[in-house]
Amino acid sequence: MRPFAYQRAADAPSAVAAVAADPRAVFLAGGTNLVDHLKLGVAAPSLVVDVSGLAVDEVEELPDGGLRIGAGTRNSDLAAHPLVRERYPLLSEALLSGASGQLRNVATTGGNLLQRTRCGYFRDTTVPCNKREPGSGCPALTGHNRYHAILGASRECVATHPSDMATALVALDATAVVLGVDGSRRVPVGELHRLPGDDPTRDTVLAHGDLITAVELPAPFGGRSRYRKVRDRASFAFALVSLAAAVRVRDGVIDDLRLVLGGVAHTPWRARHAEDALRGAAPTEGALRAAADAELLDAKALTGNAFKVPLARNALLSVLRDLTDIAPELEEDA
Amino acid sequence: MEADITLRVDGEERVVTVDTRTTLLDALRDRLGVTAPKKGCDHGQCGSCTVLVDGRREVSCLSLAVAKDGAEVVTAAGLVDADGPHPVQRAFVDNDALQCGFCTPGQVCSAVGVLAEAEAGWPSAVTAPGATPELTDAEIKERMSGNLCRCGAYPGIVAAVREVAG
Ligand SMILES: Cc1cc2nc3c(=O)[nH]c(=O)nc-3n(C[C@H](O)[C@H](O)[C@H](O)COP(=O)(O)OP(=O)(O)OC[C@H]3O[C@@H](n4cnc5c(N)ncnc54)[C@H](O)[C@@H]3O)c2cc1C
Ligand code: SF4
Ligand code: FES
Ligand code: FES
Repeated sequence: MRPFAYQRAADAPSAVAAVAADPRAVFLAGGTNLVDHLKLGVAAPSLVVDVSGLAVDEVEELPDGGLRIGAGTRNSDLAAHPLVRERYPLLSEALLSGASGQLRNVATTGGNLLQRTRCGYFRDTTVPCNKREPGSGCPALTGHNRYHAILGASRECVATHPSDMATALVALDATAVVLGVDGSRRVPVGELHRLPGDDPTRDTVLAHGDLITAVELPAPFGGRSRYRKVRDRASFAFALVSLAAAVRVRDGVIDDLRLVLGGVAHTPWRARHAEDALRGAAPTEGALRAAADAELLDAKALTGNAFKVPLARNALLSVLRDLTDIAPELEEDA
Repeated sequence: MEADITLRVDGEERVVTVDTRTTLLDALRDRLGVTAPKKGCDHGQCGSCTVLVDGRREVSCLSLAVAKDGAEVVTAAGLVDADGPHPVQRAFVDNDALQCGFCTPGQVCSAVGVLAEAEAGWPSAVTAPGATPELTDAEIKERMSGNLCRCGAYPGIVAAVREVAG
């Protein structure tokens, strides 16, 4: 590990100023991702600015019926918060499906959103990786890519975003409140992460020195919701595929819905094709299958993750059947 | 770069100079000689370094010691008081919840955390939405999933936690 200076931020503006002034400075929150990266050599900052002591862990109701979550709120506290459990059970379920009790006690809302990919090549500084070293190549294209993307990837990078919480936040239409050197602005969580394109070094649209100070949820979407996570073991494992779903049925038709897939792309993946196919439709087995197929039409499997395409399809089908009370039908062709 | 920090470890105030790169786990083990927490993976993946920090269970390998300046740390060794071992520790012995014992200090601290979290009504991934959790075997397994045991003493560990949960 390279030596670095450590500084405890007095307040948010001074934390932003300190990081913005030094291109090699980073924010530290719970440290469960950053400290791991310091040890691996994936991160080698000159200055670590600790924002974990800032009093930004309040969860408060907003006048419009929404909720404001301070960026320092720990994952465990957020998942157990009575208002979150009652009004946004999707968020609570997603948080509780992630990591372990010990990690959730430390991990923060801001840090969780900005955690980096678990791609094994990214985490190993002895091998090339375009995300770590631009232009060095992407060994995952032909190597171990079981956990990698099937949607929205590029030749430069096929990594996935690992956060369960972010997947649920996109489905809840959450907004990140960001403090930068030029003041505060709002970034929809659905637009926070970016596809790799030809610059996989950038995970998000944030600039160096931008500090997430809060996440705001609009008034509850209503209807029924579910977070389904499919993984290699029953607990304490990252998602192979996950789905955050919320569905509102009225008078026998799907009035509105939100479908966001996790583990399939460089961002939480808003399944807009499937949503569009089902909005205003009667929930039938045929309609659900057509919607899932429409979403996965553009899916591109790598050498080791073709199983993710039917896995994502089945996650969509089983959750949507549950949420719309359709009995599953045996598929002849599946 | 170095920093002076104060930690209250197992009830005793300790002042120590650490490199900013030192993790809480390394500060405890290498600088303070508190070897109850074990280093298994050093990457948050095994739970053997679990301690209670300001009353909450945490892995100690993924935090910087400087960031914990002023914290109250309780390790498995500190759970023993004048009356002897903590009820969770007794239950581990009574239920054969260990073989080699390497994971045990982390398991015990984690179990103490689990009991407090359940007492506070915190849900887990297997709690029905909106329900008040009860420490069934399924709940115990889910809540203890951050602690791996290479000897596979899991049945005894679940039994020990169940016994203390009552
Ligand atoms: C073994 C293991 C298993 C895990 N399993 C899962 C899982 O199943 N699902 C899942 O979703 N996650 C999982 N995680 C990841 C975990 O959720 C993240 O490590 C955690 O949420 C990061 O939060 P933190 O506060 O510790 O962030 P830190 O490590 O402190 O920071 C992470 C990054 O965000 C930046 N940052 C932090 N806060 C801010 C802010 N407010 N504004 C701007 N930048 C900021 C930091 O500079 C750093 O780059 C796992 C982690 C481990 C170690
Ligand atoms: S998938 Fe992305 S993160 Fe992984 S090796 Fe390729 S470029 Fe690096
Ligand atoms: S040593 Fe900390 S979790 Fe493994
Ligand atoms: S008792 Fe040996 S690792 Fe758990």
